[in-house]
Parts: sequence; C-alpha cells; structure tokens
Amino acid sequence: MKINKSSDHTSLNKNKMNYNVNEKGYYGAFGGAYIPEMLYPNVEELRLNYLKVMKEESFQEEFKDLLKEYVGRPTPLYFAKRFSSKYNAKIYLKREDLCHTGAHKINNTIGQILMAKRLKKTRIIAETGAGQHGVATATVCALMGLECIVYMGEIDIERQAPNVARMKMLGATVVPALSGSKTLKDATNEAIRDWINNPIDTHYIIGSVVGPHPYPDMVARFQSVISQEIKVQLQEKEGRTNPDYVVACVGGGSNAAGAYYEYLDSPDVGIIAVEAAGKGIYSGESAATSVLGKTGIIHGSKTLLMQTQDGQITEPYSISAGLDYPGVGPMHAHLYQSGRGEFLSITDDDAMKAGLELSQLEGIIPAIETSHALAIFKTRKFNPEDIVVVNLSGRGDKDLNTYIDYFKL
Amino acid sequence: MNRIDKKLSENKKLLSIYFTAGYPKINDTIPILESLEKNGVDMVEIGLPFSDPLADGPTIQDSSKQALKNGMTTELLFDQLKGIRDSVSIPLIIMGYFNPVLQYGVEAFCEKCNEIGIDGLILPDLPLAEYKEHYKSIFEKYGLVNVFLITPQTSEERIRQIDAASNAFIYMVSSATTTGVQQGFGSKQEQYFNRIGSLSLSNPQIVGFGISNAATFSQATAEAKGAIIGSAFIKMLAKDGIDGISNFINTIR
Repeated sequence: MKINKSSDHTSLNKNKMNYNVNEKGYYGAFGGAYIPEMLYPNVEELRLNYLKVMKEESFQEEFKDLLKEYVGRPTPLYFAKRFSSKYNAKIYLKREDLCHTGAHKINNTIGQILMAKRLKKTRIIAETGAGQHGVATATVCALMGLECIVYMGEIDIERQAPNVARMKMLGATVVPALSGSKTLKDATNEAIRDWINNPIDTHYIIGSVVGPHPYPDMVARFQSVISQEIKVQLQEKEGRTNPDYVVACVGGGSNAAGAYYEYLDSPDVGIIAVEAAGKGIYSGESAATSVLGKTGIIHGSKTLLMQTQDGQITEPYSISAGLDYPGVGPMHAHLYQSGRGEFLSITDDDAMKAGLELSQLEGIIPAIETSHALAIFKTRKFNPEDIVVVNLSGRGDKDLNTYIDYFKL
Repeated sequence: MNRIDKKLSENKKLLSIYFTAGYPKINDTIPILESLEKNGVDMVEIGLPFSDPLADGPTIQDSSKQALKNGMTTELLFDQLKGIRDSVSIPLIIMGYFNPVLQYGVEAFCEKCNEIGIDGLILPDLPLAEYKEHYKSIFEKYGLVNVFLITPQTSEERIRQIDAASNAFIYMVSSATTTGVQQGFGSKQEQYFNRIGSLSLSNPQIVGFGISNAATFSQATAEAKGAIIGSAFIKMLAKDGIDGISNFINTIR
C-alpha cells in the first residue's frame, strides 16, 4: 500500500519534531560549543554572523553562481536502471562524484571561503584525512587568492601522496600532524591549535558537520544544496519531491547532512545512515560510532564518541579514510538517538564488493566511502516501488590503489 | 576561609606550578606535590591527562601521552591523592579537559575531589554558559572553586561576566597561544597586563602560558596576583626529575 507522499503541511505540523539545530546550538542533547576560551572570540564571531551573511543577497548570488559555473551544479539525479533491477527497488544516485574535485566536499568549501572573505579573513586553515577536503579547500583558496594551510596526519600524508601533490600544486602548504596517532583526529587538533595561535586573521574551514556550534549547522546548510536539488529533480522524474528513503554514508557526516537536510522533518522520508564497520563492529577495528560510541566531547562538540571508559578518545579504523573518525556530527547523533534515522554499518569487505558491483553494473567507480552506502542493498530489502536515493558522495579515482590492492587488479 | 582564598589574601605574589599526573613516572604524583610544597610553591594545578589536549603545545601533549601510556586514569589519580592532606596543605586544583570528567560523572568527580581535599577545578573546554546552567550547583555543593580563563582577545564585556561567575581567581592566559609556545613577554603582553590590571576586577588574576623563569615571572606578576608555570616545569622534570625541583623553584624567585 502506498502513502501519498506529497507534503501535507497541516498533518506534518501536528506531530512536528525538530531535527534541526536549536538556537543554543544543540540537536537534542548533542552539539554545543565546548571550546577553550582562546577559541571563543573566533567561534563567537562566526556564530553571530553566519546566518546574517548567508542571508545576504550578494552572498547567495555569488554562492549559487560558483556552484553552477565552477563546481558544475546541479549534479544529476541518475536513475540506476541495472542496479535497481538487481535490488528490486527504484534506486536513484545523486551524482556528487561529478562535482569539481570529485566529491561533495567543495559545496562546503565554496560556502566557507565566501564566508571567510566577508569576515575579512586572509589566511585559511583546514584539516584533512584522505585529502579530499584538503584538496577542496586548496582549490577555493587558489580561486580566491588566499593563503592556505592544510593539516594532515603524517601517516595519511604517506598513504595519500597524490592528494598531497594536488594540494601543493594548488599552492597550499601541507603541514604534517605529528601528534597522537597522526591521522584525521590529530590533524583536526593541530588545525584547532593553529587557530588558537592565530586568532585574528585566520578562518578555519572545517570539512564536516563536526566541531563547535555553529560549524555543524553552517556546513549542513552549505551541503543542503544536495537535497534541494533532489527535490526538484525527483519532482521532474517521479512527480513528487520526496523519496521513500535517502541513503548516505556517515563519517563526520557532511554528505549525509546535505542529503537529509530538506527531509529531516518529513516523516514520510526514511533516513538511512551507513557507518563503517571496518573489520567487524566488535573486531576492535571499526568506526561504527553509533554502536560503539558514548556521549562525550570531541573537537568542541558534545556527540557520540568512541572512547575508553576513562574518557580518552580511541582510534577508529576503516578501509575508507573518509569514514575513519571517532565521532559523528551532532545532527547524526540526534537522528540516531531519537530513532529518526536508521543506522546500518558495513564492513570493509562488503563495501569493496559493492564498489566493484556499481562499477560493473552502472559504469561508475565510487569512492570507498560511498561504496558503504551502496552495500546496504544486499541485506536491507525495499519494496519494488520504493524510491531510494543514494547520495553518491564521491568518485573512486582517489581509491584506485586500495581497489587495486584489494582485488589484485 | 577556604585554602585558595587564604592563599590569595597573603601579601605576596603567588607561584603556582602545573604538572601532568603520572609523568614522568606513574607514581611521581605524591613526591612531586610534597617537593613543591617543601620548596615554597603556593599552589598546584594537577593535570589530569587527556588523549586530545586541544589547548596544549608539544610539551604538555607529550607529557599527557606519556602519562596515559604509564597507565594514568582518573580513578588511579584519585587513589594516589587519597590522604594527600596529611602531608600537603597548599591549595590543590585539578586541571584537565571536560570529557574525562563527564565520563566519570560530574557529580561523582566533584564528590571525590571534596573527599580528597581538592580545592578547585580548571576545565578549559567547559564553557561558561554550560557551567552556569548545569554544573555550578554541583561544584558549590562540594565546595569546589571553578576557575575560568581569559585571553588577550576576550572582550571586556565577557571578562566582566567571567569575573561575576568566578569565586576565587581568574586564569589569565598571557597570549594567544597554546601552552609552552610563548617565549618571553613583549610590549603587547605588558599592555594587556596593564589593561586587565586597570579593570579593577573583583577576582585576582593569575597569569599562565609563557612563564618559564624569574624574568617572565616578575613581568607577569607586575600587575597580577601570581603566575603559573607549566611547560617549563615539565621540561625540567623530563631532564632532572624530582631532584631538580628545588633548584628550579629557587631560580624563579
């Protein structure tokens, strides 16, 4: 039996739950700004200005123009015919992999560089794990002629040499994070320390819906262009704005936040979040934060966090560097805890197989992050008439070496 | 009058020392505290190590990492400190990041501090608004002072809010840096010290970050009530161990 999906605002408002951020910077019990006083003036300046700036007509014009002419938006909403018939549902792929630089990350960096300019900042810092956000940041800094410093864990620098070269070619300085485990979490710590040491001229472009308020909300708003386009495109193709399900992989959760954003308060749209189970949720090598995490503080945000009983943050693991984060954005923590989102986790092996399968069924090589979202169809069954939108967050070029090693190509 | 207020009322500039519990060796906590008191230190911040110390530079990052590797935990620190008031009477403050306190349970943590005779807490990433809304009553119930930070970038309006919410002293961060980065003070810091001095705040200020020797101690305390030495002390411990404490303190004043 089908329910009418056209938005009936009267009935929605009756039991309206709010899954968006409140005026104090919280999503339910998660979020806030747990930052040392040294960061307060910077974060407060951003908090007081971000909505105002984003509402300015000139800002919107410039943002939309760059997304169209530079990034290549709107990205297609592609009906994956062979993939759909294999899994017996109407599966659409939102092609963020076709964005300039190869992933959704640039939606946010375009927005934040425009924000930084309006706040009169002249120096940009960023953290990166696999290098995708670092490349997207270096790209917009080159575009705007701003100094760019990217912090990257020493171990990731070794693992992701092509992206390091791309950032350098774009004129960015890549600084190795030598502290802690020398991966994404530590690169983020180093970027935050840089901001403490440079409180006047510097803007920190965080790459995901993490960090202190207002970052999770600001990044989600910049990424919300994804679900705004899905609505329009689905209306054209199916005569309705809302799919039955929207599926995305979640590390920090920025592509997911963008894909869910317009549907958060539409209960007719099922939200499915896919985390990395690594070598198995309970293998000790996993990044399935919703299952393994407890409420804690990481990078200035109260959220679900993988940690020891003593409150020390632990190291996650995933074959995909983009899902390898011990926390999750506070929006997603709330979607999980409230039951609004359905959280699944996918192992390295299942993700790799799904990546190969999409390549051969549709001629699209996905990023390994995205492959996690594609892998759910093996076990999560849908009705044949269900419209399922999967956010194809990035392309697989950066992962070729991992695919080669795994499949002995 | 509590130990901190009593100390603050003494007619002298206060020397406070920060060290990371469990560093260099896991069982050094008590010998370090006893030696600091014996050598005339006025107050101590006992650092509860954290895996991700955002506001700290390399020295305290390393000492924290080593302390955790040595096996330091919140529970172990409390065990070590049991009975500390038999041998040490200067004010003791636990300084750390909020997450380990949150995991222990804020109330359980405060209760334990009270039992041991800890006088206050410094949790740099526990924001003022959260503290007032959720935790102030718990701190007060267990007689713990909460110490807030200000920096050269903190607006006067916010300094006044922090002053109003403070009940002992204000931790005045000398410069816009992480710990252990600043080398000596220039005219920028002196202007800042004078500016804060002229605000006539109701809580005295103790300066931290960048104090490493007699010269910086005396600059920092020209206006302020006292100063805290952290990274320089930890570097000394790494080199000379507990035996070096007496010499180190004597060179400061």
